[in-house]
Amino acid sequence: MSAPLLAVENIGRRFGGFVALDGVTAQFEPGKVTSIIGPNGAGKSTFFNVLSGVLTPSSGSIRFKGADLTGTRQHRFVHLGIARSYQITNIFPELSVHENVRVGAQASRSRYNIWTNRNTFHELSDRADAALQAVGLSAKRNETAKFLAHGQQRALEIAIALISDPEVLLLDEPTAGMGPEETREMVALLETLARQRTILLVEHKMKMILGLSDRILVLHHGRLIADGSPREIQTHPEVRRVYLGQNDGYA
Amino acid sequence: MSRKASDVVAALTSWRVVLSIVVLCLLPWLLPSKALAVNVLVYGVLAMGYNLLFGYTGLLSFGHAAFFGAGAYVTGIAIGQFGVPWYGAVVLGIAGGGCLALAIGALSIRTRGIYFSMVTLALAQLVYHVALQASSWTGGENGLRGFTVANVDLFGWRVNFLDPVNKYYILMAFAALALWFVSRVLNSPFGAAIEAIRENETRARACGYDVERTKLLSFVLSGLICALAGAMSALHLAFVPLDVLHYQTSGMIVMMTLLGGASSFFGPFVGALAFLLMEDVFSLWTSHWQIIVGSIFIVFVLFLPKGIWGTFLAKVTR
Repeated sequence: MSAPLLAVENIGRRFGGFVALDGVTAQFEPGKVTSIIGPNGAGKSTFFNVLSGVLTPSSGSIRFKGADLTGTRQHRFVHLGIARSYQITNIFPELSVHENVRVGAQASRSRYNIWTNRNTFHELSDRADAALQAVGLSAKRNETAKFLAHGQQRALEIAIALISDPEVLLLDEPTAGMGPEETREMVALLETLARQRTILLVEHKMKMILGLSDRILVLHHGRLIADGSPREIQTHPEVRRVYLGQNDGYA
Repeated sequence: MSRKASDVVAALTSWRVVLSIVVLCLLPWLLPSKALAVNVLVYGVLAMGYNLLFGYTGLLSFGHAAFFGAGAYVTGIAIGQFGVPWYGAVVLGIAGGGCLALAIGALSIRTRGIYFSMVTLALAQLVYHVALQASSWTGGENGLRGFTVANVDLFGWRVNFLDPVNKYYILMAFAALALWFVSRVLNSPFGAAIEAIRENETRARACGYDVERTKLLSFVLSGLICALAGAMSALHLAFVPLDVLHYQTSGMIVMMTLLGGASSFFGPFVGALAFLLMEDVFSLWTSHWQIIVGSIFIVFVLFLPKGIWGTFLAKVTR
């Protein structure tokens, strides 16, 4: 087993009296796809928000490449190498498709410069085009982002998340609201990405998860109840009881 | 969009500073009075500074009268009480407005939406009452007087500043500087960052932008330009009425920006011109001219949210 890239130690998060995460400990190795599953309200989104710096954990710590990230502000996470996408499409609606990605690339290069013309950063523009190519949106380059189809907007969001060239990519339900055809395209895209980087995935589509994941974590009421390969998870008695059992014909 | 129309817009955009300055050069000869033309300059710069924050960063401040007033008062006090030359006083006015913007921005930027608007309004009211009470400095209710600039020395030439045409073109040089500066900011990487924040704050943060710091810088830049407008107003009137700090001034800035077209480059000048023309014309008919202007404003907000200039640009590009 190689050294973990990302590790959480006894993470807890409360919202007032509600415990959303309760002592979760896990380690993520480089180059693997890990899915996080669990019924609604299990704490998946909170877990993702803690891993991406949106929320500071109430207890416990996050370590990335050996450095403690607990309490680091969210925008720093991207610069360190952890990027994310959102469950609800989160793009810049009025900007062009290309500018959506270009402005994402720019964040690693120039944030407060008021003197240079932004168009002189050719490298950023080229990187944005390469990212659009990777997610299959090159033809839509100059369109206003809000006019894209839903599936294309989801792909655009992944391009924005990818543009910082993150070591860890957190994808929160990338196929949410997609039809079968769009889902197939997204799965193909994720399979390509999985060969290049460490991916953490929250999803509900079991067939997709079982096909894509190297490893699955199961959350229930904020606790980690199982952690193993897809095969182990499928046969795990507690998982079958709380989660898979409610979902007949999942596979 | 037809090829031709998109070319026109691209040309308009890349030449926007020069074209704007050309329009401003012609303005005093197109308007009924030189005084109105100077007011268009002052309020155009004011609305343009405000637009950087409102139109491009997406923050609705109801307290920008504070920076306009600070620029005007500091300029007037520097000339009248400390004998600073007029150009030095303008620089001090801008710096004073910028410092105030840094303070008010730092206190308000972490709040959002209506709360941000209310905090900026409250802090600007605080500035108003300080100016009202500190009457030995500001003249209190009577306003600040006694700093008339009669002549200005320009590169060895002595120019009569009381002549309306001279005054217009000297103040226009400041407006041109502001136009160039704002265009520069909008073209820059920082300009892209504030647009991204306006479009989607969550995504901008997830891209790696420090949203609070970026907003604060935008707030200060906006305050600097509004303070320049204040300094121009002080030189123009040789008088700073307490009203410059009144919340009605803040409201008027918002109205001008929306009338002309928020998030368009030249829109604020068009809005200032439209507002001042309406004030001139309607106040001849009735002392209740604000009722008419208010009704027109409502029509704009409901049916032409892009304002006069923004709607025109949208028509051209379709």
